Amino acid sequence: MTELDYSKIGLKVGLEIHQQLNTAHKLFCKCPTTLHEEYHTQLERYLRPSFSELGEIDIAALFEWQKGKKYVYRVPPNSCLVECDEEPPHIIDEEALSIAVAVSLALHSTLVDEVYVMRKIVIDGSNTSGFQRTAIISLGGYIEDNGQRIGIQTIALEEDAARKITDSPTETIYNLDRLGIPLIEISTAPDIKTPEQAERVALKIGQLLRLTGRVKRGIGTIRQDLNVSIQGGVKTEIKGVQLLELIPDIIKNEARRQYELLRIKEELQKRNLNKDIVKNSFKIVDLTEEFKDTNSKIIRKELEKNGRIYGLKIAGFKGIFGWQLMPNRRFGTEVADYVRALAGLGGLFHSDELPNYGITKEEVEKVRKILQINENDAFIIIVGPKEKLDIATNTILDRILYAFDGVPKETRAALDDGTTKFMRPQPGSARMYPETDIPPRRIDERILELSKQFVPEQPEIKLKKLIELGLSKDLANTMLNSLRLDLFEELVKKYSPKVSPTFIASTLEITVKYVKSKGGDISVITDNILEELIKYVYEDKISKDAVQEILLELATSKTQLNEIIKKYTPLNETELEKIIIETIEENKKEIENKKDKAFNIIMSKVMNKVRGRADSKKIIELIKKHLG
Amino acid sequence: MLEGYRGKALEFLSSHNVDVGDLIELQKDGLSIKGVVMPSYSKEDDIIVIKLDNGYNIGVSISGISNFKLVEKKRQNIQVSKGEQKPLKEKSEVKIISTGGTIVSKVEYETGAVRPALTTEEIINFMPEINEIAKIDAEVLFSILSENMKPEYWIKIAESAKKALDEGNLGVVIAHGTDTMAYTASALAFSFKSLTGPIVLVGSQRSSDRPSSDSPINLYSAILVAKNSPFAEVTINMHGESSDTYTLVHRGVKVRKMHTSRRDAFQSINDIPLAKVFWKEKEIKLLRDDYIKRKEENALDAKFDTRVFLLKYYPGINPEIIEYLISSGIRGIIVEGTGLGHTSTEFVDYFKKATKDGVFIGMTSQCLFGRVNMNVYTTGRLLQESGVTPLEDMLPETALVKLMWVLAHESDLDKIRSLMLTNFVGEINYRHVPEYFPRWFHDGIRLQ
Repeated sequence: MTELDYSKIGLKVGLEIHQQLNTAHKLFCKCPTTLHEEYHTQLERYLRPSFSELGEIDIAALFEWQKGKKYVYRVPPNSCLVECDEEPPHIIDEEALSIAVAVSLALHSTLVDEVYVMRKIVIDGSNTSGFQRTAIISLGGYIEDNGQRIGIQTIALEEDAARKITDSPTETIYNLDRLGIPLIEISTAPDIKTPEQAERVALKIGQLLRLTGRVKRGIGTIRQDLNVSIQGGVKTEIKGVQLLELIPDIIKNEARRQYELLRIKEELQKRNLNKDIVKNSFKIVDLTEEFKDTNSKIIRKELEKNGRIYGLKIAGFKGIFGWQLMPNRRFGTEVADYVRALAGLGGLFHSDELPNYGITKEEVEKVRKILQINENDAFIIIVGPKEKLDIATNTILDRILYAFDGVPKETRAALDDGTTKFMRPQPGSARMYPETDIPPRRIDERILELSKQFVPEQPEIKLKKLIELGLSKDLANTMLNSLRLDLFEELVKKYSPKVSPTFIASTLEITVKYVKSKGGDISVITDNILEELIKYVYEDKISKDAVQEILLELATSKTQLNEIIKKYTPLNETELEKIIIETIEENKKEIENKKDKAFNIIMSKVMNKVRGRADSKKIIELIKKHLG
Repeated sequence: MLEGYRGKALEFLSSHNVDVGDLIELQKDGLSIKGVVMPSYSKEDDIIVIKLDNGYNIGVSISGISNFKLVEKKRQNIQVSKGEQKPLKEKSEVKIISTGGTIVSKVEYETGAVRPALTTEEIINFMPEINEIAKIDAEVLFSILSENMKPEYWIKIAESAKKALDEGNLGVVIAHGTDTMAYTASALAFSFKSLTGPIVLVGSQRSSDRPSSDSPINLYSAILVAKNSPFAEVTINMHGESSDTYTLVHRGVKVRKMHTSRRDAFQSINDIPLAKVFWKEKEIKLLRDDYIKRKEENALDAKFDTRVFLLKYYPGINPEIIEYLISSGIRGIIVEGTGLGHTSTEFVDYFKKATKDGVFIGMTSQCLFGRVNMNVYTTGRLLQESGVTPLEDMLPETALVKLMWVLAHESDLDKIRSLMLTNFVGEINYRHVPEYFPRWFHDGIRLQ
C-alpha cells in the first residue's frame, strides 16, 4: 500500500502521556511507590455499575452481576487500607502536586487556583473503588516542535490503577502495588499533523518529564494514548502505547483504517445498498444439524460442548469482509473483535475467507443454498452457546450497519506490531463526580515554593552542563535523551572524579547497547548492577576495561554477578609478571622467528589470558621489560 | 441558589446574576475557561467551582478574572424526584424502612450531588435481583444522619416495624447509618417483647454511589434474612470480612462497630453471630440454635428515659462529676470502668451517696471483651458495697440503652437492678468460650 498523504486526508493527532512519578508516597496514602510481587493476603470483590449509570447500561447486564465477574486483589507490602478501599483517601500528596505544578510551569500551562479531585468511573476492576481519582492541575500551554507550537489542553494528576496479573472470563487477578502511584497526565491538542511529529512530541515531553528528576523508569512507567482522526472519520482513542518507536506506525495504521472504512462506505453507496436493505434481508439460520459431521476442529469442539452454529446472511456485502483495513486486519476482523469483546465469542467465519479452517467447499455450498446467498451477498458463521450467539447476532448486525456511517467511535488497544484492535465503544459523557472525601487543595505559596526544586532544566542548558562534565557532544546528547539520566547524575555525584563522567555515561549507554547488540538480555542489567560495577571500579576492585566483559557475561549467561566478578579481580604485579614470563617461555620459538613482531604476539596472548584483570599500560611496561 | 458560596465569590456571582448550574465563560491569565458553575465546597471564599466540558471540576479564584460572562442560564432544573410511592399490586413479604444514610443513593453527575433513592421502585431499580428473592415494599420514615439519631426516633422506628409485621410482612429491613446503628438495634431489641419476624438493620461502609459499595450485598442479604430466617430477633446484617464473600447476622444487643471504615467493622463481642449469609448462593447458614423463634404476635413496649449517662473512667477523672450529674437530674449512670470493672476508690463515697438517693450505677468494662468481676480486687468489692451493680458481659452502649428502657418502666432501685440483670434478648452471655476473643495478627507484620 502506498503511504497516504496526511495533509490531504486531514490527519489530526493528539497525545495523552501518562508518566509515573517517583515520589516517596502514593498520591492518596503514605505507602511507598515501589512494586512487589509477593503479597500477604488477598481480597475478593465484585463491582457493580452504580445507580446513575442505569439507562446507559442494559438491565440484563445488571442481572449478570449476580453471577458476575470476580476481582481478586493481592495485597502486597506497599499497600494499606486505602488501596483496599477500606479507608478513605488521605489528602493529596504534596510532593506529587509540586512536581505536577513544576511540569505545568515548564509547559507554559496556567495553574488552577484550587485543585478538585474527581472520581472517574472505571468498572473493569483496575481500581478497588470502581473509580479512578484524578484532578486537573493546569490548563493550556504549549510545547515547541520545529518552530510549531503544539498546544497543551490539560495537565492532570491521577492515581495509577492496580496491576493486572491474570484474566479470565470469570475472574481477574490484580496486584495492588501499582494502585495509587501518582501519574501525571499531559494531553496535547490535536495539533499534530504527521505520524513522525507525534513521535517527536512524545519524545520531547518524555524528556522534559525526566528532567524533573522525579519520574519512574522502566516498562510500564510511561504510557502514551493517541487520539487519531482524519477528515470524515472520528476521533479514535488508542490506549496503552508503551514504545515510542511504535507511535508512527500506529498512527499510520489508524489513518489507513479510517481511510479504508470511508472507502467501504463509498463502495456500499456505489452498490446502491442502504441500512434498510441489509437489515430487512438479514437472515439468521440455525445450521447445527448441517454441520453435525463436519471435519472442522473449531466447530467440532463447540458442538461437543453443546454449542450451536448460526449462519447469517448479509446482502450485497461480497468482498467487504475481506477488505483490508491495515496490515493483517480486514473488515471481517473488526466485526470479529466486536463479537469477542461484546458477546464473548471466540470469533467468526465469513464468506470472503471460506472454504478454510476445515470448512469444506461442499459445506460452503450447502450454507449458501440454505441462506439463499446470491452472487453479491456475503455470509457469516458463528459458533458457541446459544445465549452468546443471540447477543452476537445483534452485535454483528449493528457493526455491519455502521459501515454505512463510516468510522464508529471506539477506544482501541495498541498491539505490539503497530496495529490496534477494538477494545470498547467510547463512553458517552465522562462519568465523573467529585471525590468528596478529599478537600480541595489550594495551589498556595507553599506548593509553588516546593515545586521550584522540580522545575525541569531547559534541555540546551542541561546539554551544556553535561559537556562541562567532560562528555563529548555526542555522548552528552545520548545522555540527555537517556532514560538513565538521573542514574548517571547520581553515579557522577558519588564516584567522580575518580571514575570519570565519560566512563559512567558510556557504560550506561554505549556498553549496554553493545551488550544488547551481542544478543545479551539487558533486562538483567538493573540500576543496582550498574551502580555496583561503577563502585567496584571506584574501589579498584576491577579495572575499567573489565566492565564491558562482565556485563556481556552477565547478560548472556545465567551466572550471578559476584561469581563473574571473581574472575575479573585485578592481578597484582607479581601475578601479572608471572603470567608474562610464562607466556614468553611458551612462545619462545615464535619470538625467535618473528623478532620484529614479538611484542605484538606476546601482548595479544597476555591480554587474552588476563582479560581485563590488569591495566593495559602496566602489561605493556612489563612485557617490554621482559622481552628486553 | 448559590449553594455553598459566601463572601467574595458569592458577591461576585450574584453581581453577575449567576446561579449554580449556569454556563459561564471567563478569561484568566490569557486563558479562556468555559464551564458550569457548581456548588462550592471550598473553605476559601474567593473560589468559584467550575465543571469543565471534560467533566473535571476546577477552582478559579475571582481575582484576576476578566471578561466574565454568563453564556446560558441553567438548562433544566434538575428535578429531585419526590419519591412518590405507588400503591403495591400485591402484598409485600419484606418491608424496607429507611431512616437515612446512603444504603441506596444515586449520583447526579451534573451537580455531583449524591442523594438518597428510597422508593420501592428506586430500590428495585438499584438492585433488580431483589425481585428474585422477595416482594418488597419500602417506606422513607425519615432521612437523618446516624449521628443525629435520638431515642424519640427509636420509638417511631419500632412502631413502624411493628406495623409492617402486623400487616403480614415476613420480616423488616431497616436502612440505617452505621455510626449509631448498634444503639438503635439495642433499643428495638428491648422494646419488642415478641416478634413474628426478624428486624434486620443494614447499612453500608462504602456509600452506594460507588461501584465498590458494600451496600448491594448487605441489602440483598438483609432482605433474604428478613424473609427466610427462622429467628425473630433484632439483628444487624453487614459484611463479614473485607472480601465480598458473606455477611454476618449479629444479635443487635451483642454487636459493635469496631472499625472506623472497614466493611467488616461490625463484629459480635463476647458472642458469635446468629448466621452467615452467602449472597451468591442465597444461603443462610445458621451458626447457633439458641435463637429466639418467630412468635404469633408482635408485642411492643417502646419507652425510654433519657436521664442517663455513660461515664468512661480514666486516671485523674474528678469524682465530683457524679455529684454534678445527679444535680442535673440524671437517674442512672453506666460506668465504663477499667479491667474487671473498677474506678479509683475516690469514687466509693460518691457512688454510695448516689445509690442512696436512688440513682442506678451499673458497671461495664472499657476492655469490651470479657465479663466484669468485682469480687477479685478490694476496689471492686468496695464499689459493690457502695451500691454499684456489675453488669456481667454487657456492652457499655447496650447497657446504657437498656437502662433508658428500664428507667422508663421502673423507679424502685432494687427493681431497676433486677431488670438490668435480667437477660431479656441475649444481651448477657453467661458462658464465654475461648473462640469469642478475636485472633489478632502477630506474625511477621508487613511494615514499610
